Amino acid sequence: MAKTVALQGSLDLLVLKMLSRRPRLHGYAIMAAIANTSGEVLRAEEGSLYPALYRMEEAGWIRAEWIKKDTGRRARIYELTAAGKKQLGAEESRWESVSLAINRVLREA
Amino acid sequence: MSVWSRISNAVRGGRLNREIEEELQAHIEEAIASGRDPDEARRTFGSILRQREAGHSIRVAGWLESLLADVRFGWRQLWLNRVTSAAAVLSLALGIGSCVAAFRLIDALLWRPLPISGASRLFVLSRKLIGPEGKPIEDRYWATPDFKLMRDAVKDQADLIAISEADRTDITLSTDDDMEKANVVYVSGNMFPLFGLEPALGRLLAPADDRGRSLAPYAVLSWDYWNHRFGRDPHILGRSLHIGDQTFEIIGVGPRDFTGTETGTVTDIFLPLSMNGLATQDNVTWHHTFLMLKPGVSPATALKPLRQHLSAVSRTFELECSTCLRGMTPASIDRYLNKKLVINPAGAGISDLQKDYRRSLGILGLLAALVLLIACVNVANMMTAQAAARSQEMALRISIGAGRRRLVQLILSQSALLALFASVLGAFFAAWSAPFVLSLINPPDNPARLALPADWRVLLFGFGLIILIVLILGLIPALRASAVRPVTALKGGEDPHSPRRLMRGAIALQIAFCVLVLFLSSLFVASFQRLENRPLGFSTDRLLLLETVAGKGQLPVVWNQTAEALRAVPGVNSVAISGWPLLGRIMINSDISINGAPPSPTSAFFLNVSPGWFSTMKIPLVSGRNFRPQDASPGAAIVNETFAKTFFPGQDPIGRTFERGANQPLNTIVGVTPDVPYHDLREPSRAVFYVPFDEIDDKSAPRAVGFVTFVLHTDARNPLALANSLRQLIAQRNNGLRVSNITTQLDLVRDQTIRERLIAMLAAFFAAVALLLAGIGLYAVLNYSVLQRRREIGIRMAIGSTRAGIVRIVTFEAFLMIALGGCAGVALGFGAARSVESLFYQVKATDADMIALPACAILLTTLVATLPAVLRALRTDPTEILRAE
Repeated sequence: MAKTVALQGSLDLLVLKMLSRRPRLHGYAIMAAIANTSGEVLRAEEGSLYPALYRMEEAGWIRAEWIKKDTGRRARIYELTAAGKKQLGAEESRWESVSLAINRVLREA
Repeated sequence: MSVWSRISNAVRGGRLNREIEEELQAHIEEAIASGRDPDEARRTFGSILRQREAGHSIRVAGWLESLLADVRFGWRQLWLNRVTSAAAVLSLALGIGSCVAAFRLIDALLWRPLPISGASRLFVLSRKLIGPEGKPIEDRYWATPDFKLMRDAVKDQADLIAISEADRTDITLSTDDDMEKANVVYVSGNMFPLFGLEPALGRLLAPADDRGRSLAPYAVLSWDYWNHRFGRDPHILGRSLHIGDQTFEIIGVGPRDFTGTETGTVTDIFLPLSMNGLATQDNVTWHHTFLMLKPGVSPATALKPLRQHLSAVSRTFELECSTCLRGMTPASIDRYLNKKLVINPAGAGISDLQKDYRRSLGILGLLAALVLLIACVNVANMMTAQAAARSQEMALRISIGAGRRRLVQLILSQSALLALFASVLGAFFAAWSAPFVLSLINPPDNPARLALPADWRVLLFGFGLIILIVLILGLIPALRASAVRPVTALKGGEDPHSPRRLMRGAIALQIAFCVLVLFLSSLFVASFQRLENRPLGFSTDRLLLLETVAGKGQLPVVWNQTAEALRAVPGVNSVAISGWPLLGRIMINSDISINGAPPSPTSAFFLNVSPGWFSTMKIPLVSGRNFRPQDASPGAAIVNETFAKTFFPGQDPIGRTFERGANQPLNTIVGVTPDVPYHDLREPSRAVFYVPFDEIDDKSAPRAVGFVTFVLHTDARNPLALANSLRQLIAQRNNGLRVSNITTQLDLVRDQTIRERLIAMLAAFFAAVALLLAGIGLYAVLNYSVLQRRREIGIRMAIGSTRAGIVRIVTFEAFLMIALGGCAGVALGFGAARSVESLFYQVKATDADMIALPACAILLTTLVATLPAVLRALRTDPTEILRAE
């Protein structure tokens, strides 16, 4: 249980971070960017990506829009909102304090 | 933003699903395009359907989506049975509309606070005493000197305000010479400031204007009068208006909403109390006295000591008043002084209209509510039947995991849909019917006027009503449906009789309400018919009445000459003069003293008439002779039969004499006429005497007369056709006479029955609707029960039951319920009738035909309503039924 929460929390953080670097990505590109930047270590589970995106969209952190791609198909791309930038800051500092705490625990042992 | 998007997503659920699916597909295509193996990509992604469901539930408001689904489902159910649904909506709409309309009228007349500050602190003073006819009466009128004493006595706790009743007064405006009527009210100068009212123009009356007769000749117009008579002319200030011999200067216009304190009448002109000559008279009670508590004074504790204080002050005034008790017998003095001062809330204003229509409107409200209840029972029955038919569906829903709350929501949303449609229709009905009913209260001289705004009070009432209806309609079927036990229901139903038992109870209830409505209606309709067909004893045919005034009075000879001139007009058959018309607003009584004895306890009413009056009115003489032109008053008198019976029992009245009060000149009775109604169609015969129109004083000099009514018999069927030319003819004679009002005797008689006609008409309407609805309800329940029992009936027929036996099975229970409901309805009817007895005329609740009529109507309706079900039962084909099983 604790594992999923941690994963979910980090997934939000990773998505927000990716979108803050490169706005207007669609779902697959976000996933690919996370994999690329982490050197293929972190792989967002494809099944949980879209629910997470919809949740963040409903929370108002990101907004989505449909664009026409060169192939003629439509794609739904996401970008960060002002609230999302604030949320990203909060998530980052939360992550830092958590990882600091975990490191402290590991060193203690 | 997000709540809104979730709500809007719920409304377009299908499109959302397509979008999510498109996005997910695009993801997989990207994956394949970036070089991944298609199968592997699909496998890692997982089930698209599950992903879509997960995404969907995040992006929509779930409660709303299920509600929408229920509403859609409810709509489909209603649409499936659209004929029954339409009937249900129509009957509910009629019920809701009637209830809301009744509420609007009752609220506007009785409950709505006046648009003043501190309406809740406003009270009115009146006195309860035993009237001259031995009945308890409430006297709401006060003498101004008494008012001033009381005002000064309690000025620390409360303010007293004097306001007269609106009086249709002849006024002349400076610019044109024509006389017109306006509602004039005299108020004490503290009224406007205490009510917290601000002028729309100029200034309002102030306490400083209470200075005395002719010292403050100022008039304030009401906004309504300024609007409709002067078109909101801003230059109205400073113009003058004339009433009798007084001239007033218009100094201001009142605030927009304020139309006076007399609910149902719109005041046109406010004048200072002290400008009325009556204000200095000790023995004339003529205006209302309102009491306004100071802010912060609690009514609960303050009113009792105030009442005692005021009562003591007023009693002292009356004991010391030298003119008040003059000429009264000891018995009547005792009665006069022995009265109780009462303080009643007056935040909604006070008026005769309230007094006259309080009970009538209450009854109409009751009838409307009963019709609504009957409609509700009908619709609830319909829904119970439908729910019973759906018990298998409900069982299935429960089996696959539907929560009980969800099932209740499913059924409640259907009844809410019904109520919603019905309330929209009902709102239109109420918007039309409330002003329509008000317009029926329309004495031509003074039609009732009430503001009927559709504001939050009405909305709140309507909203509460809808909630109530939804609960009545939906709750029982909803609870029944949710209590379904899946196992038994799927096996073929637990107790097939249980919905029928409920519906049978509903029939009894419905019939009880219906009988109550019919019973009350027949009482009101019979009252009206008897009043309308009451023998008058005089003719109303082609009689035109010219109410004519002469400012400072004119000698009888001038009036008689004018009558002669009117007689010469082509189309006029005969002309007579009376002091005032029969059945008009005026009634004047006089003490009667026989042979110099002190006045008798009962007084008699009188009328001055010219010699031709009896023949013009077609009132015959029972004995004696008519007046002659040389007769004068005092001198000759003609009395009615009740007068003769009361004052000369068992004797021939001709040639006997009476005096009008002790030590007055003698009147000799020269003739006797039959009784005719004098002032009120409903009252029992009063003792009435007629005296010649020509009056002389103690020195035998003719006495001037200020107002008379010319009674004209015309050739034309519509006497009003002559009205304008006669008005001009009188004005052209330049002898100071002016026509102040023109009406017909027929209209005066009709005005007497306005209230009765209104109640009878609406009660008959409600009775017809109630009967129709009850008939439909009965038909539906019986029909349903026959359908349900097809199997049983088929088996009974197969084993040899007779047709009579089948009919008995089908109808017995229904008739039992009808008998039960009918008895309950009549019992309720007796109770209700007792509380409104005062509205009946020569009709008693215990009259046999008053019960027989509703009973017959119900019986007939029952027969018609049961016939289709009985026929259907008899046509049941046992072989077919048994084969189907």
